[in-house]
Amino acid sequence: MSGLKGIIGAAAVAVGLVAGAPAALAAGGGHGPELKHQSWTFDGLFGRYSEKQLRRGWEVYEGICKSCHTLDYMHYRNLEQIGYTEDEVKEIAARFEVQDGPDEWGDMFMRPATPLDGFAEPYENDAIAMLANGGVVPPNLSVITRARDHGADYVYNLLLGYEDEVPEWATEADPTFSLAPGKSFNTFFPGYAISMPQQLFEGILEYSDGTEATPEQMAKDVSAFLQWAAEPELEERKGLGRMVLLFLIVLTGVLFAYKRELWKDAH
Amino acid sequence: MSTTPDPVWSNRAIKWFDRRLPLFTMMHKELIVYPTPRNINYWWNFGSLAGVALVIMILTGIFLAMFYTPHEDMAFASIERIMREVNYGWLIRFLHMNGASMFFAVVYIHILRGMYYGSYKAPRELLWIIGVVIYILMMAAAFLGYVLPWGQMSFWAATVITSLVTPLPFGETIAIWLWGGYSVDNDTLKRFFSLHYLVPFLIFAFVFLHLWALHTTKSNNPLGVEIKKPADTLPFHPYFTVKDSVTLGAFLFLLCYFVFFAPNYFNHSINYVMADPLVTPEHIVPEWYFLPFYAILRAIPDKLMGVVLMFAAILVWAALPWLDTSKVRSGRFRPTFRIFFWIFVADAVLLTYLGAMPAEGIYVTLGQFATAWYFIHFLVVLPILGKVEKTEPVPESISAAVSAEHQKEASA
Repeated sequence: MSGLKGIIGAAAVAVGLVAGAPAALAAGGGHGPELKHQSWTFDGLFGRYSEKQLRRGWEVYEGICKSCHTLDYMHYRNLEQIGYTEDEVKEIAARFEVQDGPDEWGDMFMRPATPLDGFAEPYENDAIAMLANGGVVPPNLSVITRARDHGADYVYNLLLGYEDEVPEWATEADPTFSLAPGKSFNTFFPGYAISMPQQLFEGILEYSDGTEATPEQMAKDVSAFLQWAAEPELEERKGLGRMVLLFLIVLTGVLFAYKRELWKDAH
Repeated sequence: MSTTPDPVWSNRAIKWFDRRLPLFTMMHKELIVYPTPRNINYWWNFGSLAGVALVIMILTGIFLAMFYTPHEDMAFASIERIMREVNYGWLIRFLHMNGASMFFAVVYIHILRGMYYGSYKAPRELLWIIGVVIYILMMAAAFLGYVLPWGQMSFWAATVITSLVTPLPFGETIAIWLWGGYSVDNDTLKRFFSLHYLVPFLIFAFVFLHLWALHTTKSNNPLGVEIKKPADTLPFHPYFTVKDSVTLGAFLFLLCYFVFFAPNYFNHSINYVMADPLVTPEHIVPEWYFLPFYAILRAIPDKLMGVVLMFAAILVWAALPWLDTSKVRSGRFRPTFRIFFWIFVADAVLLTYLGAMPAEGIYVTLGQFATAWYFIHFLVVLPILGKVEKTEPVPESISAAVSAEHQKEASA
């Protein structure tokens, strides 16, 4: 039996490692303020998305982010998953132009997007994107919360992490630090010098559901939206996962009881 | 032991078949009545778990390959399509991703169990060496598979690992031959995909040899005493089929916890950024299961020596049956060995930690000491210890030890 106890101990350590992992949140260079962990509806064993929040996040994306950032691998039809009706999705898609063709004359042409189209790209190619953005391509946002440590928390803190002037703690940590022209200072960006200027300001947007669009609110909503964009399967995954884990607990318990019964006289 | 008579089949179809190809007799012998030491503890369950992990990897892999596109411009997107559009694609992919980590975890425990109880000693040397071959093939499969998503870490891991051959004689030529070009590119990805599909079936073949050797020598056990009479054993079914099922349930629980609730826990977030040959990630770190060997590689300032020692760190396992000179098999009766065993485990954990740290300052020095101890353990401690250690008395047989324990329990 000592073997079994040891194995259970090892498993407990492994699970403990998992649980403890998000505790250590480090900022861009490890000197400035700590990354603030937000409470998200999609966290934890019973995590779900809030459709209302995701729709507000979509409004932020459409109003602000979409002019520079793509949502690769996603289609307008995916918006039905966050509570838009089929007609609303058609209407949203029609606001975007996508290239189609060639037509019978061999020409490419532009047409309004349909729900089946992928999200329209803001730039025709990377070269134009770089030209318009000081030499960098704005990253695709559809996997961004998977592609950065701390996911939605990172996006949230980054969007609010701008400073008008280089703060003292940064120059204290590195006296040679200076901001190149065209860059902004962001506490949570690795190396602090970010090409994207601050985007979220008071009054830049009005939510259709009447929620007050403070920068914090917009940052929170769009981070949740991007979490959904990266993990659209999350609710289904956690729902199925709860059933699977419950089943496996019962199954393992039954098997263990059966094993003890079977081995009662065999030891 | 071999006293069990062959079964007599009453079903005529089975009888007909078995007379021409004794498949049913073989299954009866190897899966039903197969005599297993009655005293093996739960640490012996990790072999069957590794087998299950292999099957999970092959099955999920076959389905992933139906949707994956091995092309530098399409690989990343094809995986996103699997995750978003393919029915339960996310489930199959997360099982495959996390299954790899769990496979290694289970195999490491399996290996350490073998080391603790001396399962590599005569007559099980070949069984052990086949196991080392399986482990090396697993490393190959895991490395090749990690490249396929064509994320940043995929690309740079492929670059770093394939560059390991360059300090060898004709290294540049070998590297170009491996890459199919002058750097890691589309042709490298395509051949890695092909080989990633091949290697698991090689593993499967070696697992078959592993089991064949196992069923020839029979399982070792915590006492390290060979099976001497039928009372030392229990038939494999139902005793060990049921016992293995218990840990299978627990194993699936742990795997599913990660798959459903922390699917990217073992992953590096930067691998969700598509490969870019022009941007080197700040830290290039392998998956956790390669970290000890990565630490050994980086501990040595000389690149060629680093590569040699990294491979030697695994190959030394194959010599273990001859490096350990002790006449006593199980660690249970070797008090001094036990201390060194746990120091070795601590050393391996330290190397794992150091492999994840940047190669600078104190980490390099610590890495050199930990690497030195790793080899001292195998090449100095084990050979000498076997000659000088005062061991405890070994019981005469498994059943004698078991009934002695029962008496102790009854009188207590």
